[in-house]
Amino acid sequence: MESDKFLIAGKHYLSRLLVGTGKYKDFKETQTAISESGAEIVTVAIRRTNIGQDIKEESLLDFIPKEKYTYLPNTAGCYTKDDAIRTLRLARELLDGHNLVKLEVLGDPNTLYPNVVETVEAAKILIKEGFDVMVYTSDDPIIAKQLEDIGCCAIMPLASLIGSGMGILNPHNLEIIIDNAKVPVIVDAGVGTASDAVIAMELGCDGVLMNTAIAAADNPILMAAAMKKAIESGREAFLAGRMKKKFYQADPSSPTSGLIK
Amino acid sequence: MKIYVNGQQKNFEVTEICLTSLIEKLALNEKKFAIEYNGEIISKSNFSQTFLKDGDKLEIVIAVGGG
Repeated sequence: MESDKFLIAGKHYLSRLLVGTGKYKDFKETQTAISESGAEIVTVAIRRTNIGQDIKEESLLDFIPKEKYTYLPNTAGCYTKDDAIRTLRLARELLDGHNLVKLEVLGDPNTLYPNVVETVEAAKILIKEGFDVMVYTSDDPIIAKQLEDIGCCAIMPLASLIGSGMGILNPHNLEIIIDNAKVPVIVDAGVGTASDAVIAMELGCDGVLMNTAIAAADNPILMAAAMKKAIESGREAFLAGRMKKKFYQADPSSPTSGLIK
Repeated sequence: MKIYVNGQQKNFEVTEICLTSLIEKLALNEKKFAIEYNGEIISKSNFSQTFLKDGDKLEIVIAVGGG
């Protein structure tokens, strides 16, 4: 599948699996899981540094080198457009002018459901400032289209709530979003296990972004490997084009003639 | 003078300090970080020309694991 490249903001990627770097036991586990997943784009959060800590303390960047992976700084924990914009301006400075970002503006701390009104407003400003915005949103096809029209470079609807592992709750909405979109559609949030990722890819999603499904598995390294295969297998099945479902008429796979009598 | 770093008040026995010196005092000089000074992002090339005043606010951020 070398030719089936995935294009985000003008850059080609071989892997359609995007992964988060949170919730792992330690940086070593983060590094091994991400390596097993085959992901090339990794999300990171931007947070205040601890003042007065050990100068030799390990940092995420030592384990997930910026030269090897495309960093996707996020706005996790931001509930207003202003906080999200401020976070991403700092991220751009931190990552030496890097413009590719993941925008998420949350609406509620219990569900982490996106506030799409604030998200749209933040996206407009960020795009004006030259950011390439991959945007986390609900599975509302109208909002998804609006975000694309504003100029977001990827639309990332939830499959279900962040960290819930509930899988794809509304495949039909995702299909509408995919059918209407001219930019990549990436399912972000809610995937729980490999079959969820396969379904997302079979629906025609361009990629899947996940964190908890890998990090919170009993064996994150093995789950990362499973997700890599799931994404590839779902993508190939989508490209292959599935057979039509026939509910009332069976069609034998073996010849009907030449049976012994 | 008092400077607020990531929401914490820090007291310095000087009347003037540039951002480069402050970073050294905070032992941050080997870390990859970005700084917002009174709400504005300030690039590394301007650290030595930025002199802090009493009551200034700094946000110093790094990249951490996240989804």
